[in-house]
Amino acid sequence: MIREYTTISEISGPLVVVQGVSDAAYGELVEIEVGGHTRYGQVLETSEGYAVVQVFEGTHGINLTDTKVRFLGKGLTFGVSPEILGRVFDGIGRPIDGSPAPVPEKELDITGSPINPTARDYPNEFIQTGVSAIDGMNTLVRGQKLPIFSGSGLPHPELAAQIARQARVRGTGEDFAVVFAAMGITFEEANFFLEDFRKRGTLDRTVVFLNLANDPAIERIATPRVALTAAEYLAFDLGMHVLVILTDMTNYCEALREISAARKEVPGRRGYPGYMYTDLATIYERAGRIKGKKGSVTQIPILTMPEDDRTHPVPDLTGYITEGQIFLSRDLHRRGIYPPIDVLQSLSRLMQKGIGKGKTREDHSGVANQLYAAYAKGKEVRELAVVLGESSISELDRKYMEFADRFEEEFIRQGQFENRTIEETLDIGWRLLSMLPRSELKRIKLEMIEKYMPKKAEE
Amino acid sequence: MAQVVRGKVARVAGPLVVAKEMQGVKMFEVVRVGSLGLFGEVIRIEGDRAYIQVYEETGGVRPGEEVVGTGELLSVELGPGLVKNIYDGIQRPLEVLWKMGGSFLVRGVEAPSLDRNAKWHFEPKVKIGDEVSEGDILGEVPETSTVIHKIMVPPGIRGKVVDIKSGDFTIEEVVAVIDTGKEKKEIKMYQKWPVRMGRPYRKKIAASEPMITGQRTIDTFFPIVKGGTAAVPGPFGSGKTVIQHQLARWSDADVVVYIGCGERGNEMTDVLIEFPELKDPRTGGPLMDRTVLIANTSNMPVAAREASVFTGIAIAEYFRDMGYNVALMADSTSRWAEAMREISGRLEEMPGEEGYPAYLASRISSFYERAGMIEALGSPERTGSVSVIGAVSPPGGDLSDPVVQATLREVRVFWSLDQQLAFARHFPAIHWLRSYSLYVDRVGEWAKEHVALDWVDNRHEAMRILQQESELQELVRLVGYDALSPHDQLLLETARSLREDFLQQDAFDDIDTYCPLEKQYHMLRNVLHFHHKALEALEAGVDVKDIIALPIREKISRMRFIPPDRLDEIKAIHDEIDAAFETLMKKGGEQV
Ligand SMILES: Nc1ncnc2c1ncn2[C@@H]1O[C@H](COP(=O)(O)OP(=O)(O)O)[C@@H](O)[C@H]1O
Ligand SMILES: [Mg+2]
Repeated sequence: MIREYTTISEISGPLVVVQGVSDAAYGELVEIEVGGHTRYGQVLETSEGYAVVQVFEGTHGINLTDTKVRFLGKGLTFGVSPEILGRVFDGIGRPIDGSPAPVPEKELDITGSPINPTARDYPNEFIQTGVSAIDGMNTLVRGQKLPIFSGSGLPHPELAAQIARQARVRGTGEDFAVVFAAMGITFEEANFFLEDFRKRGTLDRTVVFLNLANDPAIERIATPRVALTAAEYLAFDLGMHVLVILTDMTNYCEALREISAARKEVPGRRGYPGYMYTDLATIYERAGRIKGKKGSVTQIPILTMPEDDRTHPVPDLTGYITEGQIFLSRDLHRRGIYPPIDVLQSLSRLMQKGIGKGKTREDHSGVANQLYAAYAKGKEVRELAVVLGESSISELDRKYMEFADRFEEEFIRQGQFENRTIEETLDIGWRLLSMLPRSELKRIKLEMIEKYMPKKAEE
Repeated sequence: MAQVVRGKVARVAGPLVVAKEMQGVKMFEVVRVGSLGLFGEVIRIEGDRAYIQVYEETGGVRPGEEVVGTGELLSVELGPGLVKNIYDGIQRPLEVLWKMGGSFLVRGVEAPSLDRNAKWHFEPKVKIGDEVSEGDILGEVPETSTVIHKIMVPPGIRGKVVDIKSGDFTIEEVVAVIDTGKEKKEIKMYQKWPVRMGRPYRKKIAASEPMITGQRTIDTFFPIVKGGTAAVPGPFGSGKTVIQHQLARWSDADVVVYIGCGERGNEMTDVLIEFPELKDPRTGGPLMDRTVLIANTSNMPVAAREASVFTGIAIAEYFRDMGYNVALMADSTSRWAEAMREISGRLEEMPGEEGYPAYLASRISSFYERAGMIEALGSPERTGSVSVIGAVSPPGGDLSDPVVQATLREVRVFWSLDQQLAFARHFPAIHWLRSYSLYVDRVGEWAKEHVALDWVDNRHEAMRILQQESELQELVRLVGYDALSPHDQLLLETARSLREDFLQQDAFDDIDTYCPLEKQYHMLRNVLHFHHKALEALEAGVDVKDIIALPIREKISRMRFIPPDRLDEIKAIHDEIDAAFETLMKKGGEQV
């Protein structure tokens, strides 16, 4: 039952209003024919007599007289099959790598459905990324959603690529896949990732969705959803461990804002719609593990914080939904430290259950806590020293300051291709902690200190 | 009987559906929408049009589809089977839905909130011929290892018991018959209650008994009472959820209702997996045996999120009426408020501050008003309480947020979470200078009687030291540490000890996670005792550096890892402090 109309009565930003429709379904997919080309759209509001449609490719060139609108009787779907691996699609899931569309096993609505909380399995398998600031202090686990909070010009592509390259669960050789979704980023940046996958020879285990900076902005609303539909299929139907990289969520949110403005909704903070939290949750919560299923969906969304402001609605709402964040610091970056991860502002909420005896090492939690406390103290002293001069600082405080410096140089700093084991990471931690008097190590149990504290050779 | 209302969908915009031809439908009536029969609730009526908030995703719904009234207001089912259960925001049993529909939530699925097949053992508490009225306990059902479910005469019923059963029954079987004079009322083990209405009680009474949480910063510094209200505002990552989980684990409530309102799925899974394994320190039974979970996570439909808070508190009141102390946690009330905002926006209501509806404050207040200690209706006479602890998640952690402000007008305890403390991993990140509890005096009186006479004095002194620390820190920023008097240097050290050795508490450490009052008392006493001895030593001319270097301080810093059943070791530190100073003074004397 195809219903075709030529009754557009209003065009506003990315939206068109179609008159005379009385049975459009909420969320229904729409085809719009403009000058021989077809665009896609989706019903945002339906009423007796009219429907409001958001047009993914934008409304330029649409007119009120001879644009045809066809309601397709279904939502936006993505056809999945094992053959999607190794393929490149556009932002709403059409192949753009020159090959014909894979023959779908089934069509899935990209909206997805919430995982029943009782069906979830708690993520607790340690993923070694080889990056000390992550593994040691903000451990990633399988099925987690852990975004990178970055800023323009900071090396988040390098870090995300390094994680994708090095991430592995120790002692397993299970099936993995990468789903990469680009939203409004430059060709260059997207290509950086693709080249990296290619060099590593994992392109055939990757599904790519590209909506680049010069692609239609509204399409970005669909991109993460198409990508996660693919990821869920790979994980929960095919049993793969899927790493999903979504970049850049800030561009996604801007598209959301554009639609909201066009609908003349009451704007929330900085013009973003009041429902942005809920909207983002329907993306980020599509990560996790499910009882009785082999695979998992791990998300690394990337976002750039406008003006490096973590209270901006995009990072703020994201942080309220995701299971922590990896926070990149412009200050560390200026000082030439890679990866410029500010561990204090970073967090992994799922760390506790992924570390410790049998997973990483029994001393992990204590070491991490102590490193946090000492680094926080050291940074505080360093600021004080700037004001007062080093001479008016107590001896103990001076040690803390030195600790902070060395922590940044030896623990945080590492090469883009340096892949540290968790043991190496923890051992660096101990080496640094041995600078402090033992009585300061209140966060670590005595047995752990006895067992792991390096004995000073010359003594 | 009113006839069933049948109308048609006229408009769909997100979670809001407008239906026409709905004459006769009631405000807050539950309706089924469209061919999938989605659950919704009428929230505005205009002529024949009903505005419906739909508790499920509305994708695919189109104008013309049927909308059918159920004749009932949004209600909860109250009876045996609540405890250990996990529900969504409108009390659908998630475990059952999982078995019926698979790992992902599907729409339009119906399942009774309480299991209709489970048999419960009913033990009568009244006899044939007894006169009973609302709230009277007709019988008891051992629901779990720790909760005895009281079957009460439902509100509005009074009369003579003409039949009473004993034995094993399902909740649909009649266990008692009451002759009200007009009719013979059959009583089953469950009743329904409209969630938006508070359950009746005889009267509210002043609450003064602390709700002990095993969290040092809370119990010693900013306590809450049974029947009290508290708010935990803070930016993301500051520890709101961990505090809520800690209270759900360790507080000495009889029943815990935990509402995951618009937050993470895994946080509910965490509770589901962990609570059956953890032991309740009071009863020895699994923690799950006193817990009811409501999970309407961030990605679940927003209208059901709005309802979840009411569903939770209605269940809490029901257990209160049995004479229990119930603790209710809502994480996060901000998401609840945002759900109201979203629906209000779709209704095109006049927006207030930050787009929230003008009735935001009154809704928040009507929620916290349902907390309190009460004398229940019926006999035997009993008191019960609902304590409410709400997390608040303001944008950017900004406390001027309307939800925070409206909440602070209602609650009597304010645990203010501080981002800087969280960055330095000082947890719980409850800021000691910005938080408050209006129950401090009442709990102090109680603690004097039940723990130790100097409880209040110790708290007072510790607070004073922390306040002085903050002033001294200002000074240090100007003149440097070395310019401080030895006396002030000592004070800074003691303050640091208070923060690091007492206030800080690791929720993930097997021992530190729960700290009984006795242990709290002795830990604090030792820190202060060290301070007093140090002051004496300073007076006697001992160098502050030597005091700070005393090895006994390391022992003080490790008190928290001593298990509560080895309290003697903590007590003994008091005398060891004396001994340490005696030696120090002697040495000092020799040197002079
Ligand atoms: N009492 C505590 N002990 C140890 N760690 C804590 C404590 N409170 C919070 N944390 C740490 O902080 C993280 C964030 O806490 P959470 O309660 O989830 O924050 P919020 O709910 O405010 O976003 C936790 O995952 C944990 O790592
Ligand atoms: Mg939280």
